[in-house]
Amino acid sequence: MSEPPADTSFPPETDFGAPIRVVLAKLGLDGHDRGLKIVARTLRDAGMEVIYLGLRQTADSIVAACEQEDADVIGLSMHNAGHLTLAPRMVQAVDHAGLDVPVVIGGIVPADDVATLIDSGVAAVIGPGASADEVVSAVKAAVDRQTDAQ
Amino acid sequence: MMSRDPLDELFETAGSGNRRALGKLLTMVEKRGETAAKVSERAHRDAGQARVVGVTGAPGTGKSTITGRLAAASGASRPAILAIDPSSPLTGGAILGDRIRMDNHVGNSAFIRSMATRGHAGGLAVAVPDAIRVLDAAGCDPIIVETVGVGQVEVSIAAAADTTVVVVTPGWGDAVQANKAGLLEVADIFVVNKADRPDARGARRDLELMLDLGHRSGWRASIVLTTAIEGEGIDDLWTEIERHTAHLRESGELIRRRCRRRRDEVADRIELELRDRVHQIIQNQSGEFALGRVDRNELSPAAAAELLLSTLTSDKPPEG
Ligand code: B12
Ligand SMILES: Nc1nc2c(ncn2[C@@H]2O[C@H](COP(=O)(O)OP(=O)(O)OP(=O)(O)O)[C@@H](O)[C@H]2O)c(=O)[nH]1
Ligand SMILES: [Mg+2]
Repeated sequence: MSEPPADTSFPPETDFGAPIRVVLAKLGLDGHDRGLKIVARTLRDAGMEVIYLGLRQTADSIVAACEQEDADVIGLSMHNAGHLTLAPRMVQAVDHAGLDVPVVIGGIVPADDVATLIDSGVAAVIGPGASADEVVSAVKAAVDRQTDAQ
Repeated sequence: MMSRDPLDELFETAGSGNRRALGKLLTMVEKRGETAAKVSERAHRDAGQARVVGVTGAPGTGKSTITGRLAAASGASRPAILAIDPSSPLTGGAILGDRIRMDNHVGNSAFIRSMATRGHAGGLAVAVPDAIRVLDAAGCDPIIVETVGVGQVEVSIAAAADTTVVVVTPGWGDAVQANKAGLLEVADIFVVNKADRPDARGARRDLELMLDLGHRSGWRASIVLTTAIEGEGIDDLWTEIERHTAHLRESGELIRRRCRRRRDEVADRIELELRDRVHQIIQNQSGEFALGRVDRNELSPAAAAELLLSTLTSDKPPEG
């Protein structure tokens, strides 16, 4: 994940303002991380700071990372058909911790389940074949809505 | 409780071990500007207690794995880690991937914060000194800073840390041949990680030879072999760090290093402020006007620079 070191032609630090900080993770034993890695690069290329937690996370470990990293949004990638239990549990864990952090979901979610997830407090659900633009706008919109709500 | 300064309150909460409050304070110093300055000033009051350890080395040598294990090996109740990764020069975005190698080892005790360089060259982020200060004021100790993994050995960490650990792997010699002198300058402790691989002893021998050629007075850099993925050698490394800390205290070098650090920071801050103002001046009306004349070759670059420089020194700083 290393990049060439920044050189002197770099614009001054102030130009960055405050990038969106997003925590990306997969819950449980689901090993499909290809999509998550692609999403990490997509969001990086859109100017976000991606805290990549990778595989085998729990709702608690993600909440802990969010607190320390002061993250603006959580992105989960789900491919093991566990989304109907795991995603609402994640949202509850965030609420329980008193964090104002929206949860965005990607991966394999049957169309019929999307409304259920949104009802349970998930901010957005993004499926296979989503373009980079769709991924970025979903994350940005979730952050904007949260900011507006405060 | 009557109306209190919200910043004092945030510091108190962070000091009692609340990670969310600490996370917020770190965001504030990362954003720079007026709030950051206030937080820095407030943190300065209580800082100065924590041991600061820097971990640097080429990409993939095992810095994060070592750092995570080290926090655990310290046996401290509130260790903290700052893990720096580069921002993309094109978009400003970053993938902060150090944490993934730490979480499994440190358990819940350590506070880990990932930081992007946000355009700062030299393997650290601009906000690192303030971030260290905030962690310190909040009672974290030790504070371990993992630098960006860069091709050449990163030396700026030595200015920010009490003890600098340089991580190499077997076969490192050729990769840093050109910069061996630089290595000697910064390393208080060398780690040969991935000692499970062939020729770790050879790497140690190389380092010993290099140190024989000359080392700073008073402290000869020690060399520790580790297999970080297995946790082997990490306790020895922590023992070495403690030995170095004791040496710093006894020799008076700790005070000298910290004085130098604060002095350097003064210069760095001025430089940063000036850079921002240069940027503003170039972009404002008179800057654009002068650059237009340079475009049309009516003004030489040198003359334009002189012209704008005079407004830099006479202008009041923005925002008062
Ligand atoms: C590649 C693959 C694998 C690889 C995974 C390699 C890896 N490291 O990722 C391997 C071979 C290991 C594998 C194994 C298995 N797989 Co598989 N696998 C796939 C396959 C073919 C493609 C997945 C993929 O990488 N797509 C490419 C990426 C880029 O797409 P994506 O993940 O969907 O991501 C996009 C969007 O969803 C979204 N997105 C994703 N995450 C996020 C996160 C955020 C925050 C946002 C905003 C957006 C977002 O953006 C991305 C870009 O558009 C799918 C089938 C399919 N068509 O999806 C099956 C599939 C996911 N696998 C499946 C199964 C069942 C398995 C196994 C259980 C098979 C078995 N019996 O052994 C094992 C389980 C392994 C494990 N430990 O979990 C099923 C899952 C069924 C379900 N959920 O109901 C699928 C759907 C196949 C099927 N039709 O049955 N698999
Ligand atoms: N064989 C072996 N591999 C190791 C050892 N320590 C770390 N690694 C592996 O080396 C790779 C890089 O480890 P990291 O800890 O991420 O290294 P790093 O220096 O922090 O990397 P960057 O931050 O990307 O520069 C990982 O795959 C580790 O599992 C070790 O002692 N032996
Ligand atoms: Mg690392």
